[in-house]
Amino acid sequence: MTSVIVSSPFVAPGNKLKRLMLHVIVALLPGTVAYAWLFGPGVIVNIILAIVFALVFEGAILRLRAKPVMPHLTDFSAVVAAWLFALCLPMHAPWWLVGVGMGFAMIAGKHLYGGLGFNPFNPAMVGYVVLLISFPREMTTWYLPLSLSDTTLSLADTLAYSFGGADIGQWDALSTATPLDQIRTGLGQNIPLDEIRQSPLFGAYGGAGWEWIALCWFVGGIYLLATGTIRWHIPVSLLAGVLTLSLIFYLLDPQHYAAPLFHLMSGAVVIGAFFIATDPVSAATTDMGRIYYGLMIGMLIYVIRVWGGYPDGVAFAVLLANMCVPLIDYYTQPRVYGEQ
Amino acid sequence: MMVNLHHFHGGLVLDGHKSESLRRGLLQASLPQRLILPLRQHIGDYNKPLVKVGQRVLRGDIIAASSSLICAAVHASTSGIVSEIGQFPVAHPSGQADSCIVIDVDGDDKAAIADIVDPENLGPEELIQRISRAGIVGLGGAAFPTSPKLSRGKSHGVDTLIINGIECEPYITCDDMLMRNYAVDVIRGCGYLQKILAPRKTLIAIEDNKPEAISAMLQALAEHALENAEIVPVPTIYPAGGEKQLIQILTGQEVPYGKLAFDIGLLCQNVGTCAAITRALERNEPLISRIVTCTGDNVVEPGNWEVRLGTPVSHLLELAGGFRHGDDAYLVMGGPMMGFALSGANVPIVKSSNCILVMREETIPHSPGYHDECIRCGKCTEVCPARLLPQQLYWHARARAYERTQEYHLFDCIECGCCSAVCPSQIPLVQYYRAAKGEIRAAQKAQFKSDRARARFEFREHRLLLKKQQDEERRRLKREALQQKRKQAADSTAVPDLVQAALERVRERKKAEQEETR
Repeated sequence: MTSVIVSSPFVAPGNKLKRLMLHVIVALLPGTVAYAWLFGPGVIVNIILAIVFALVFEGAILRLRAKPVMPHLTDFSAVVAAWLFALCLPMHAPWWLVGVGMGFAMIAGKHLYGGLGFNPFNPAMVGYVVLLISFPREMTTWYLPLSLSDTTLSLADTLAYSFGGADIGQWDALSTATPLDQIRTGLGQNIPLDEIRQSPLFGAYGGAGWEWIALCWFVGGIYLLATGTIRWHIPVSLLAGVLTLSLIFYLLDPQHYAAPLFHLMSGAVVIGAFFIATDPVSAATTDMGRIYYGLMIGMLIYVIRVWGGYPDGVAFAVLLANMCVPLIDYYTQPRVYGEQ
Repeated sequence: MMVNLHHFHGGLVLDGHKSESLRRGLLQASLPQRLILPLRQHIGDYNKPLVKVGQRVLRGDIIAASSSLICAAVHASTSGIVSEIGQFPVAHPSGQADSCIVIDVDGDDKAAIADIVDPENLGPEELIQRISRAGIVGLGGAAFPTSPKLSRGKSHGVDTLIINGIECEPYITCDDMLMRNYAVDVIRGCGYLQKILAPRKTLIAIEDNKPEAISAMLQALAEHALENAEIVPVPTIYPAGGEKQLIQILTGQEVPYGKLAFDIGLLCQNVGTCAAITRALERNEPLISRIVTCTGDNVVEPGNWEVRLGTPVSHLLELAGGFRHGDDAYLVMGGPMMGFALSGANVPIVKSSNCILVMREETIPHSPGYHDECIRCGKCTEVCPARLLPQQLYWHARARAYERTQEYHLFDCIECGCCSAVCPSQIPLVQYYRAAKGEIRAAQKAQFKSDRARARFEFREHRLLLKKQQDEERRRLKREALQQKRKQAADSTAVPDLVQAALERVRERKKAEQEETR
């Protein structure tokens, strides 16, 4: 017999934080594989590097904060953040870039606020935005899909580049602008959209290769919805935000504003909708709040893409919406039972 | 008459674990060596003992009662000698002792003389009086005295009488067993309630995981031709048996904020209460026994027993064959979702004891232990039947920001445990809310006390001030009166002149004498 008085409920919860995070990792697999298949092994190198850095930084800071290290490291939240962060990077990035970004994400973005559950901003996006602002050259050096380039990249080449052994010069032939960049520059030079899209960089709907990856993120997103890991409010409203704004401007002037489907299938909209904006810690938490939150991100993405200073706007849109979360949550409290 | 069913927000489909305790049918518990009867087994005021140590009591004798309205008398559950009146451990979440009457059972089970009156000849008031005298309380778990509830319902007017046979908590099967075995008593009890309350309709709600109970009740209803009554099978979703949730399922209405079911013309009674009413009215048998489920993965032979109130839990455990896993036992009174841990097996079964859940220590999620932080995933919000934001409540409760918790409707939490049961971070959310509620109530009590003390102090100050003022006034008046008197005296009397005159006379006389002597 025990004298420990614990109060009800006496059932162990069926859900596990760890399981939620594992679902996210599983959902990331198809898109990650497609990404690596189309753009080379650099994607995988980035992910592994980011995970290692994330675990090292998080472990160190947990130790400093005198918190239990292993339970937190094995909740896989850092792994998920690192994975998403790595997917935002150019496919070939020097190792220190990954380290700086991940360090900022884990230390400033997560633990200075109190660790998992207390961070108002999405840590992966914090790390990414810091890099985007601080290292514009490295962060905008993107590469052609393998199918469009003559050379093949071996894992050894990639590693040599990542760890600084290779000369960047010889890679220049491969580097290119992203499709979104291309459109942005083209429109800036008053080239009509039809003409811009003649470039081999573009596929049927979005960027060549990119549209397949977007589809894979979509599949992963459906998996997340089906397993109950995320709910529909944020992805649906985010996509609706992007689609509505882009449709309005496309209908007004199709030569200057890309089609809704293009916006959907290029850049980070789909992964943003299902994987990034749905980070529960930094997202709104009421049902209505999540709809406003998603709509806000979707519209901001479009606004930043079309009129802002960056070709894509998912990270900024998410961070801006993160700031509004306390306000959104406060004003979207559901009607309590019996409340008139 | 068809009832359109509605949904309440959230809820959970839980593992029922009902079959374990249903295998053996209803069993009669033997009499224990002694009964421990707490003076208060209901929500409301304390009873006063009406017996003395050494006194012999018979089954059905009232041994404790009160003149208070919100109260239910306690009866001797069997015959015997009152051996002690004092503090004993009772089944209460606090684990504290309470005043009890102990009866040493003589085994004769001799009944007190009953005055059986045909209840058909009684009016509503007399029926309520008899229910009150039988010590009947709501047997669904809250144990609110039934007679004041009925009186109040009667004066408000009841449109729909709801009979709750839901029993949504996992493991518990006592109401199921009651309906299977005493369906007629339940239906006849509904009849008496109809007579008292005159509702437009009566809905008897039973969760659809109890097909045997439903068919027994249907049969009893058909035989007894209760008017405007219907048996409504309800989908099995926890906590459908919560009064507010059941009202929502059956009527689509929500009990408005700060109001009670009466205010929207509804009154809910548990099936067990109905059966107890029938027994009391037809057989003059007060509430001295109830059906108790003893189940769980750590008891050898789970089942349902009809147990005399006051029987120690340990006696019931013996009947159920004892622990399956030795010392590793953890006793819960009630179900796994809303029950509370018992401090020991020596506590008695009381009117509200529906289930003794015998679990293993190792399967109990302990707290406060390590749990992950809230990641605001919102799963708790999805399942909350009160449509609260449990994660926000947790946030503020943890920060002891109690005003904020009240803004987030802490006191609308029904403590059903759904949020805790789905939390991926394994946070014992309900425990945080209970703690917060306790702190707030304590603060309110302290506030009330200090307010009263301040009021008293201020009154005293005021009184003293008043007295001082009065005293001063009195002194002033006295002083003035004195001055007045002096002045008057000075004005009216010629005392100084008389003296002067006398002195002058003396002087003149002396002068004259001097002149004479010269």
